[in-house]
Amino acid sequence: MATTLTTPALTISPASSVPVRRKKRIAPSRIIATVIVAILAVTWMVPFAWAAITALKSETEAAATPITIVPESGFTFDAFAKVLQQGNIPQWTWNSLFTSAAITVVTLVISALAAYALSRIDFKGRKVLMVVIVASLIVPPPVLIIPLFYQMVAFNMIDTYWGVILPQVISPAMVFVLKKFFDQIPRELEDAALVDGAGRIRIFLQVVLPLSRPILAAVAIFVFIGAWNNFLWPFIVTNDSSMLTLPVGLQTIKSAYGIQYAQNMASALLAALPLIVVFLFFQRQIIKGISTTGLAGT
Amino acid sequence: MSASTSIRSVSTQQAPAAENKHAARSRRDRIHGWSFMAPFLLFFGLFLIWPLIHGIVMSFTGKSLTGANSSFLGFANYAEALGDADMWHALGNTLYFTVISTVPLVLVALLMAALVNMGLPAQWLWRLSFFAPFLLASTVVSLFFVWMFNPQLGLVNEVLSKVGIAPVDWLNNPDIAMWSIVIATLWWTVGFNFLLYLAAMQNIPQAHFEAASLDGAGGWRQFFSITLPQINQTTIMIVILQVLASLKIFDQVYQMTGGGPGGTTRTIVQYIFETGFTGYRLGYSAAISYIFFGLIVVVSIAQFAITRKRSA
Repeated sequence: MATTLTTPALTISPASSVPVRRKKRIAPSRIIATVIVAILAVTWMVPFAWAAITALKSETEAAATPITIVPESGFTFDAFAKVLQQGNIPQWTWNSLFTSAAITVVTLVISALAAYALSRIDFKGRKVLMVVIVASLIVPPPVLIIPLFYQMVAFNMIDTYWGVILPQVISPAMVFVLKKFFDQIPRELEDAALVDGAGRIRIFLQVVLPLSRPILAAVAIFVFIGAWNNFLWPFIVTNDSSMLTLPVGLQTIKSAYGIQYAQNMASALLAALPLIVVFLFFQRQIIKGISTTGLAGT
Repeated sequence: MSASTSIRSVSTQQAPAAENKHAARSRRDRIHGWSFMAPFLLFFGLFLIWPLIHGIVMSFTGKSLTGANSSFLGFANYAEALGDADMWHALGNTLYFTVISTVPLVLVALLMAALVNMGLPAQWLWRLSFFAPFLLASTVVSLFFVWMFNPQLGLVNEVLSKVGIAPVDWLNNPDIAMWSIVIATLWWTVGFNFLLYLAAMQNIPQAHFEAASLDGAGGWRQFFSITLPQINQTTIMIVILQVLASLKIFDQVYQMTGGGPGGTTRTIVQYIFETGFTGYRLGYSAAISYIFFGLIVVVSIAQFAITRKRSA
């Protein structure tokens, strides 16, 4: 996480440009490289494919030996149907969606405001705040789970959305990512507005934020993915089956259904689906965001 | 104090206009600055600073979930932890995992990026394949791999049997279980390091390679003499991120092996979790948390020192 501070340019530049090679013939080394990469890529797809094949079998076929790729009785959507009808997956998906969206919105608002102050406003105490926030990057979240849990009991927030959401909205790394982006916006734009008598809030809303759309989008996507996939905290703060997030719910499925392999894989794939869709839509922003900042660190 | 001076200078009409304006502005900036910071600081204080301090306090008490004994114990919890064989075992497992996971997670990422960067067609496809698993929740990854590693019905043993290798009990053999978790982790997160490497390689000025080609340097020579030195900073960054991430491992292990067999894969975070929530000993658990925190701080400082030395 500390590296977010040392990476230089935050300018979003096209990271996808393919190096230009001016060669007339295709070199044999590139053919070999393509073959190796293709083998690796296929290997990397195997767990997905195997999960999909299993999920599309009947339970008996899924647990049958010898293992078949194409089941004798044909593929079926039974496992998906069962999981969607009987299980809590729709409820867990909603919980995940709601808490992740809330975490994203709150994180974005409070981080952007703080980043703007740290970047632009020359106020007493700013340097101390910077040091404290930088230092906090070193705190590993697992260290906080015991006191935070105790705190949630005291606040009566166990098994509530608040309990899931609130401790996840502090992201010092995102504050610095945003601060670095704000640092690069020319001050003249704001000074002109300041002279015109515009207030800080108006400048922030009407000058700075519109210029920061790409970085705000990147931060939002990262915070959302992180919240959606977080396991440890929701696992600790929720207990009631109707309050679980998707990743935590899946863990209980595994122990409850045990040997229902097709349903296990159907659940896993259903849980994976929303983020795969998000990725397909925001592929460029996600890859650019990682390439330019490495900000999803931990 | 300075607030009063600025109020005075605002109200004193005789003060030179410039100074007046300056004081007013610095006062306004102070109010604005703290107002903009306030929402963040509220949550920061409540959910980071306060638990951090409260945790230290708890670690000096016998606080438990059953509320039995919350008296002050001094350093008793720390003394007990340092003599706790299970704690050392969990710490050892964590360090073992960190070493055997960081090496492949860096090298495989480097290999993938170096190959893809050779100007291969369909870059988006390779990026998608290698990075997609990174988007999955740990539970999804664990479900996939527990199924793949199933001794009788798993795909991995099936493939091995085709080439004449006897079935392996991936998650129940104490010598192998941690490696199985490394394999799952590699599949899950190597795509992130791969993207960092790929971006770094694509930022190397193409002129370097053209000059080297003219001098007759081949692909291997170019890789070792140009690419590797040029991405040195990225390598350092990836190693640091990876070591810190690996030290915090909990999810996959807890989900795939539950720390077994025989505690051979139990990590320090799991031990913190278990002493706190299964053993109900919050005070003792907090003490172990801070020992773990100390380790993270030491590693971070060491890496910071090494980075400074390298770049100096």
